[in-house]
Amino acid sequence: MSDSISTAPKAGGQTNNSNISEAVIRIAGNSQDGIQSIGGFLARLAGRSEQEVMTFMTIPSTISGGPSIFQVRIGTGEVLSAGDDADVLLAFYQHSYEGHIASLKHQGIVLYDSDHVTPKEEWQQEYHHVGIPISNLTIEAIGGTARDKGKNIFALGLICRIFNLGEEKLKGLITEKFKGKNPKITETALNAFNAGHQYEVGDLIQTFAFTESTKRQSTQVVMNGNEALAYGLIAAGVRFGAGYPITPWSDIMELLRRELPKYGGSFIQCEDEIASISMALGASYAGRVAITGSSGPGISLKTEALGWGIMAEVPLVVVDVQRGGPSTGMPTNVEQSDLNIACFGSHGDAPRVVLAPANVEDAFYTAMEAVQIAKDYSTPVVILTDQAIATRIEAFEEPNLKEICRDIAPDLSPIEDHKPYDLSKENGINPHVAPGTPIKSGKYPVITGLEHDELGHPTGSPKLHKEMTGKRRRKLQALAETIEQPKVYGSEKGDILLVGWGSTQGPIREAVDRVKKEGENWASLHIRHINPLPNGLENIFAKYKHVFVVEINDEGLYGYGQLAGLLRARYCDPKIKGINKTDGLTYKIKEIIQRVRESIA
Amino acid sequence: MSASNTAEQEVTEQDPSTRAPLTKKEISADHPTWCPGCGDFSILALYFRLIQQRGLHHEKITTVAGIGCSSRFPYFVQANGVHFIHGRALPFATGVSLSRPDLHTFVFGGDGDAFSIGGNHLNHTARKNVNLTYVIMDNFVYGLTKKQTSPTSPLGFRSKTDIGGSKDKPINPMKQLVAAGATFVARSTATNPKHLLAMMDRAMDHDGFSVIECLSECVEFYPGAFDKSNPRKGGEFLEVPEDHDVTDEIEAFKLANTPFPGYFGVFYDVNEPTKNANEQSLIDAAREKTGDLQDWQILQQTFDRMK
Repeated sequence: MSDSISTAPKAGGQTNNSNISEAVIRIAGNSQDGIQSIGGFLARLAGRSEQEVMTFMTIPSTISGGPSIFQVRIGTGEVLSAGDDADVLLAFYQHSYEGHIASLKHQGIVLYDSDHVTPKEEWQQEYHHVGIPISNLTIEAIGGTARDKGKNIFALGLICRIFNLGEEKLKGLITEKFKGKNPKITETALNAFNAGHQYEVGDLIQTFAFTESTKRQSTQVVMNGNEALAYGLIAAGVRFGAGYPITPWSDIMELLRRELPKYGGSFIQCEDEIASISMALGASYAGRVAITGSSGPGISLKTEALGWGIMAEVPLVVVDVQRGGPSTGMPTNVEQSDLNIACFGSHGDAPRVVLAPANVEDAFYTAMEAVQIAKDYSTPVVILTDQAIATRIEAFEEPNLKEICRDIAPDLSPIEDHKPYDLSKENGINPHVAPGTPIKSGKYPVITGLEHDELGHPTGSPKLHKEMTGKRRRKLQALAETIEQPKVYGSEKGDILLVGWGSTQGPIREAVDRVKKEGENWASLHIRHINPLPNGLENIFAKYKHVFVVEINDEGLYGYGQLAGLLRARYCDPKIKGINKTDGLTYKIKEIIQRVRESIA
Repeated sequence: MSASNTAEQEVTEQDPSTRAPLTKKEISADHPTWCPGCGDFSILALYFRLIQQRGLHHEKITTVAGIGCSSRFPYFVQANGVHFIHGRALPFATGVSLSRPDLHTFVFGGDGDAFSIGGNHLNHTARKNVNLTYVIMDNFVYGLTKKQTSPTSPLGFRSKTDIGGSKDKPINPMKQLVAAGATFVARSTATNPKHLLAMMDRAMDHDGFSVIECLSECVEFYPGAFDKSNPRKGGEFLEVPEDHDVTDEIEAFKLANTPFPGYFGVFYDVNEPTKNANEQSLIDAAREKTGDLQDWQILQQTFDRMK
């Protein structure tokens, strides 16, 4: 962390650039203040910087009108998590100040809008206070009476000045953002930015500059996890989707509704969750892997039709943007408590593929992989992403779209014969044949949820039910053979292995890095293929004394989280233990370290 | 929509005009599992007749059903069939219709599928005006599960779940469909093959959501339910009057309010934009801007704005 910041800044000193490697900035206000757009600008600046400067993550905002925060971690080199404590808090209101000052590290800087915030005497020693009349200065700069407009851009200018960010680049981004609108708006925004930038912070605190690093080789793109996932689906060739609005899944459906027509595709808003998965299954059956998705309760509603997809062997991708549950739960908080429903939510024996992206970039590639698996194995695939990945913004290396984009249009050329449920193949895999394909034998298949024979006609045969159940299982076992074993991060062997999945990858890896600095060799293993699991994990577990599965879910009736339970069932290894939490927040690095140390003490 | 990718493959197919219509043998698959005397046999036979007289071929026919006695339908047709889950055949078929305009999408099912577990899908498929044909094989009873009250069972109907007689007001299918915005609404009966075939034929020609409620007697659990509509059983088959204005909702409601056996024929028939056409116009508008760009180039343009 930014050690150079935590040395107490000199008040009243002259401008004095000090080089730092990273900083955590938390901006707290109300959601109508445009706090998210400050983050958006900073994230895009990161993507455009020639230096290897920044990566970002955010903490969730609440619905319109309520208090809102945005946390940005700017760093030179790899930034993996949103950071623990903030170096700088920018507080717009009294409630922002009082509610978030505890997130600052000792001797951190609180910049507050002195038009709205009355600082408290008892905090003066602990934190470095800098009052700026942000509201009035903004009004002065842009005129008018719209009191809440423009403060965010003023603050952006201020941050740009304090951290010595690319001023011209930011102005360019602002101009681009308002391009096509009334030129007056751009001018007003630039005025607000300049006012913030020209504010003499040097008199109050030091100005920081990020250390130089090697010039970045590749171009970066900047987006949030829901966007990455949706564009990954498009790159994979998906041209049809169906859904029903629910937070935090809705962004994906809105994006696909807007974008798919450009590619000749459609996204249909349905009357409910069941219609959505049914319609997506219909479109998939008709020839191209289609998608549906949801969050929380919507996933529960989809499980009957998901079971049909497994039984009928129809390709499908189901996106689950996990949030706090059960029931309506905590719609805007993060939780990893849908692993069980994703892997097992169905009546009957219904094996299905479950993938979990580890970060924003991985959401793009996981989406592509999911579509390919659904097509190749003719089966539903669930993508288990979560609220933390969905809403945070990251910069990542631009994919080579020309090379990776796929066309998955169905091949409708005539075939001799077709058995949709052919039992003769050892691995149980039969690619789906779309309707419209002439079948010369004149025998056409029925795709069905009843137990069936090889052509899809109903059967009550005990033998066929046994064989078909085996077939549906074997194709996932065949898939497991192809899954690459995840790589261990950190020490090859030793006392402690941290196992994670989904959005916890960043803080887990940083925990490994941090203890290393303290002389301890830990390791971590991140699992992206949740079901089926990669083969051979037991060989990795064998190299460590303790295996802790770090998850954002409950320890359950028997003391293990959902992935830990699955791993224990799979490997019968009593050293697999759980580190769990259910506060609806992402893990802090120190939290992981502390919990592990407590467990082994 | 995926029309663009199916277009090229059309070339590999024979010109339909040079292919002989399917024989009844070619279009028949499993022997139906229905009870002897079930009205559903007649509907199946007329579906075959429709396929033959319209010169449809195996690969272009998609028959979708939900759950119920009548929903066994796809197994008996030698063509692409889908036996989906209870009540959700319509959204499934919508997915087929919207992504494959080259296929003929038919849905068959019972009154439980249509008006009970799938009731809301019926409303929304109607208001979206999805281009497909839906035949509701209405027997006024749950037959597959052996005689429980259905949403169309008349008041006083004695079933295993209403031993003292049904108390819940039955749904009036014609009113429900017209109110929901269906653009072709007709009523027929399995005991009048000529009439039913004519209705199916008109439904198939309709561009949009076409629905036929077809009375189909359950000889096992509700025998004689429709005798009043069958002249051979001493009943009366009343056709929709010739001067009925099929574009007038109010008139359709008035016809639908006639007590059982009521009228048979087309109650409502209007032309409105289909979901299929609406989606296609969104695509056309978007494609106008993307021009000849390949898919990866369109995505590249988007990514270029995210740098």
